[in-house]
Amino acid sequence: MTGWDATGGGRATRDGRDGGPHVAGPRPALLRADQIGWGVAGVRILAEVALTAEPGATVGLLGPNGSGKSSLLRLLAGLARPDSGLVLLDDVALSTLSRRALSRRIAVVTQQAVTDVEMSALEVVLLGRIPYRPRLAGVAAADVALARHALAEAGLAGFEQRRWSTLSGGERQRVDLARALVQEPDLLLLDEPTNHLDIRHQLDLLQFLSESATTVVVTLHDLNLAAQYCDRLVLLHAGRVAAAGAPAEVLTADRIAQAYRVRADVDTAADGRPRVRYRRPGS
Amino acid sequence: MSPPVAPSLAPAPDSGAGARRASFTPAGTWRPGGRYVLPLAVFLLLTSIAAAVAVGSADLSAADVLRSVGTHLGLPARPLLPLPDSIVWDLRLPRVLLAALVGAGLAVCGAVLQALTRNPLADPFLLGISSGASTGAVAVLVLGIHVGAGPVGLTTGAFAGSLAAFGAVLLLAGRRAVEPTRIVLAGVAVSQLFSAVTSLIVISDAHTQDTRGVTFWLLGSLTAASWPAVALCAVVTGVGLLVCWAAATALDAFAFGTDTARSLGFSTGRTRLLLFGVTALVAATLVAASGAIGFVGLTVPHAVRFMIGSGHRTLLPACAVTGATFLIWADTAARTVFSPQELPVGVLTAVLGVPVFALVMLRRTATP
Repeated sequence: MTGWDATGGGRATRDGRDGGPHVAGPRPALLRADQIGWGVAGVRILAEVALTAEPGATVGLLGPNGSGKSSLLRLLAGLARPDSGLVLLDDVALSTLSRRALSRRIAVVTQQAVTDVEMSALEVVLLGRIPYRPRLAGVAAADVALARHALAEAGLAGFEQRRWSTLSGGERQRVDLARALVQEPDLLLLDEPTNHLDIRHQLDLLQFLSESATTVVVTLHDLNLAAQYCDRLVLLHAGRVAAAGAPAEVLTADRIAQAYRVRADVDTAADGRPRVRYRRPGS
Repeated sequence: MSPPVAPSLAPAPDSGAGARRASFTPAGTWRPGGRYVLPLAVFLLLTSIAAAVAVGSADLSAADVLRSVGTHLGLPARPLLPLPDSIVWDLRLPRVLLAALVGAGLAVCGAVLQALTRNPLADPFLLGISSGASTGAVAVLVLGIHVGAGPVGLTTGAFAGSLAAFGAVLLLAGRRAVEPTRIVLAGVAVSQLFSAVTSLIVISDAHTQDTRGVTFWLLGSLTAASWPAVALCAVVTGVGLLVCWAAATALDAFAFGTDTARSLGFSTGRTRLLLFGVTALVAATLVAASGAIGFVGLTVPHAVRFMIGSGHRTLLPACAVTGATFLIWADTAARTVFSPQELPVGVLTAVLGVPVFALVMLRRTATP
């Protein structure tokens, strides 16, 4: 058993009939991005990007630095609007949904640069319950139970009162993920969640994501972990989709050479998934 | 708290962290004794008001204060003689109440702006308010601006100056005014500009007497307290605090930046603009009534955060009560310590505040 309970433990019943930390049937969302383009201050960041994440699937977003992964994730989350094209959640355009409605369906874990927050780990996780709380109401006891449970799932039991500023990078990453999980999302978007995690925690996290019933889109740098754990991969290169499909279709030596300018050998591992071995530059 | 099941996943358990801070309440206070802090602080504030009114060169007791107040409120109290009654009702009570309102308003504005800009150095005068007020006040005092028949009052000039400065900040920050970095930079630039204008007016035209008056007022002074000023500040501060409190959850969400706040369901641009506007209006009203009293808005929020944590639902009311109590005593000291000579209260807030703040910081470092 791992710290991340992939069966969906920690999800409260959506209608809140019973406030305790009970399992609720997740309603994984179908995510589709249709020909989206986006730019900042005249600089084109993304062009004609199409992406589909089937309900419950785990989609890995790959690409070199600056290829537009984080920007795409922000558009998929509805944090910014594409200049052209549409993002559809269960065939409804994100732009037609209110921020509050979105916050109950989509949770995002961004790359955390924030270090000086004077909040305890429990308080941070409780932020994830804001979408379900009347605007003027305080924190309910049921939410606290849920948040404690999520922290324990993240292997951080006993960390409830630890201040954010005293947590290590990996601990912060896991607290933030617990915050996203108590948001009970139908779609979970993660921007390089394996950053700061040791290899054991990386494997546990990816195992959790791949088994989770929620639809997941996750940006990753480690091609082998992506191949092992994702149902589908999307490779971005210079703001465009260079390849999309099953791991074996996307991770070919040619494509890796093109996108990353790295020579690699790709063979098939025992589990049928591609395995990438990099050559030393110049060899 | 038992360690997690999988030992390989379990980081070194933080022994006793949960037990040490046991007094958790769902209302949002996590710190030891958190639930008692607010009622205690309110009690302290009310006592402070009564006591501070009693303190002064004319000898009065707390009972006299209550008798005077009771009489004016129409309660069956034995009236005081006219002179002591006037000292309580016309002089000291409005002054103490104004101190309370100014302290409360500045502390809450500071807390809100610190959260909104994610800048621990933010204070109520961040948006150019105080330098705008000084320009307005100096312009009125030195240049003797008239509107229609009558001269424009110092207060009106200061208020107009603050709003002009805030307007300039919004203009300079431009369409993306809701981005914290932009509005902070615009605030700095506009403050410099208005300070320069103030200096220009003073140097070109001021008489020594005027300059002295302006300086005293700018350092902060509650000598001009009157019932109309109290009423105005009470309404503006009261409404402002309610608006800020209603946005408490949003302020919590802003701790991790715009994207996180947005993904938790807040329209971040609208929320920011509303809160910048409200805090600017409150600060401008208070500066017009009392001058730019420094230190309160910057440090009271930090001190209160150290004590009760950063959840804004409790932080904001606690800041209001603490700021009020603090400024009441600072002003009482300002008017009594060197009596009959009076000190600018801004000097006292720093002299009293820094040691208190240092103490809180030291204590906080000792127990992480």
